[in-house]
Amino acid sequence: MEKIERLESRAIPLPIENIDTDQIIPARFLKSSKRQDFGKNLFRDWKYSNKGHIKENFILNNSRFSGQILLVGRNFGSGSSREHAAWALFDYGFRIVISSFFADIFKENALNNGLLPVEISERYLKYLFKTIFYNRHILFSVSLYRQIIKIEKSFFYDYFSMEKYKKTCVLIGQDDIDFLISLIYKIKTFEKKIHF
Amino acid sequence: MSKTLFEKVWESHIIDSIPKGPSVLYIDRHFIHEVTSPQAFEELKTRVLLIFKKERMIATVDHNVPTKNQHLPILDTLSKKQVQILFENCKINGIDFFGLLHKNQGIVHIIGPELGYTLPGMTIVCGDSHTSTHGAFSAIAFGIGTRQVAMVMASQCLVQKKPKQMRIHLIGLTKISVSPKDVILYIISKVGTDGAVGYFVEYSGKIFRKMSMEGRMTICNMSIEMGAKGGLIATDKTTLNYFNKIKFIPKNILLEEALYYWRRLYTDTDVFVDREYHFYASDISPMITYGTNPGMSFNIISRIPKNNVDPQQYMGFKAGYSLIGLPIQYVFIGSCTNSRIEDLRIVAHVVKNRKKAFHVLALIVPGSRQVVSQAKKEGLDIILKQSGFEFREPGCSACLGMNEDKLPFGAYCISTSNRNFIGRQGFGARTLLASPLVASIVAIEGKIIDVNKHMSKIERYGKN
Repeated sequence: MEKIERLESRAIPLPIENIDTDQIIPARFLKSSKRQDFGKNLFRDWKYSNKGHIKENFILNNSRFSGQILLVGRNFGSGSSREHAAWALFDYGFRIVISSFFADIFKENALNNGLLPVEISERYLKYLFKTIFYNRHILFSVSLYRQIIKIEKSFFYDYFSMEKYKKTCVLIGQDDIDFLISLIYKIKTFEKKIHF
Repeated sequence: MSKTLFEKVWESHIIDSIPKGPSVLYIDRHFIHEVTSPQAFEELKTRVLLIFKKERMIATVDHNVPTKNQHLPILDTLSKKQVQILFENCKINGIDFFGLLHKNQGIVHIIGPELGYTLPGMTIVCGDSHTSTHGAFSAIAFGIGTRQVAMVMASQCLVQKKPKQMRIHLIGLTKISVSPKDVILYIISKVGTDGAVGYFVEYSGKIFRKMSMEGRMTICNMSIEMGAKGGLIATDKTTLNYFNKIKFIPKNILLEEALYYWRRLYTDTDVFVDREYHFYASDISPMITYGTNPGMSFNIISRIPKNNVDPQQYMGFKAGYSLIGLPIQYVFIGSCTNSRIEDLRIVAHVVKNRKKAFHVLALIVPGSRQVVSQAKKEGLDIILKQSGFEFREPGCSACLGMNEDKLPFGAYCISTSNRNFIGRQGFGARTLLASPLVASIVAIEGKIIDVNKHMSKIERYGKN
């Protein structure tokens, strides 16, 4: 897992709420047994029409917007538990997703894959959308260590909350497996107590 | 000290806690299927780890399998490969695997309870969001991602933050035409698709106590659609009776001790939860969705609200219009929400001695092989076939359109599944979620009708 400490990048705004994982990657593209190459099918049905033509008005098809940060409306990643959604976003090149809140399973999946979900207040999110549509070249800087997000060359910033344990995991680029394996003895003792 | 049902189960499964942080939760059952597991096995291989408790896992194929001619090789090469990989992985690691044509094969959330793998007061995970189904048995059950599947494989544990708790209480009883599916659609429409994010929901009220286990599973199944981590219903006589009914009871279980634990699985009277909703059950009518998320549903006779937030006009409905009379091209009865034997019985009862409308393609996909054999025993398959339904073999099928059961662009489909997201059942396909009762009536009429008015007719349907 790649670690993230801080990132400075332009952002791609997608001001839509309740984006579900079926939109992020449709089920018919989950047939791969590998972890790679999901990026090309990210937002597939929003990017292409049913005849395979590129939809020009979709923001990811707009070459004027680019960046490693995705700015989305609240309740991002609802629906199916497919981790492929996080893989697709990561594979496409995103490292940070900013929203006011994320669906539970997506958030855990993202954190387990080095894709940082940043939860900020609804008000600040609206402000960020406004800023980026005003000037798409604007740089955002996110520091996980200080849990702060700010717009470059301005005084506007916001803190985001994050669980201490998960923060450490992302900072050092490690998932829970090693921690769990270290508890194996405890787990075995516990297992003796349970009956079924 | 009084505790909620959730706390009782949660606390009995905690192994360790990180101070001011998450806890390590022991997982009793782990279900795997072909779509979200291959990468997890791969992960274990690269990290040189072994499966920790293979006897606590079962594997089946459901998401990606054809529902026609399952005895023939799978046509789609990628699907075939996924099924093959799961088979190989299970064989190498000695995991119980129910492949195609196996008598126990079926949708993972249907076979869990019917084979006795799901027991009250357990912790259950699966790489699928609808794992919340098992909450009907007072089990803490939730969906996980592939990386977490690997974690459970390697250690039978998960690092989890304790979610907040919500209680949804329904006062009174419902009308006769209202099924569990309508109840949960109503609840989601009130709470909202993101109303329960971060919460574990417990359902309480007379109506849930009177519900069959199948109905409870439908309720808990769709908890995830309001963003909840999972749903729970307290154990009572109905729950315990369910285990008398099924043939397969795990051998290594000390029934006395288990019963002592199971009988305590309810929320004590004087506890507070983080959030509580109260609804009147009598307000619930047969529901149908009109939008692109499960929260956008209403009474079947209502008109599309003015603030119809359908960003791309995907459904093609106009505000102020009613859905009554809308012609429907497809009817899909299946998925982990509504494909149990009880649902098939309702459908068979309604369609008996009737023909489906000629322009409707009606699909019925039973949840598991056991459901199929039970239906055959009761002669339901013949009734359904005579009515013009396609009686398929078990799988997830058109619920998520991963196999070839995809719907064409622009088609309207009444589906008993759980999600009506854009393009879920096929590119451009438009899904309206409803109960099996509504779906079967629509299959016969060919259009959406006011179910309440036709209830007396339905009573007659079964008789002649």
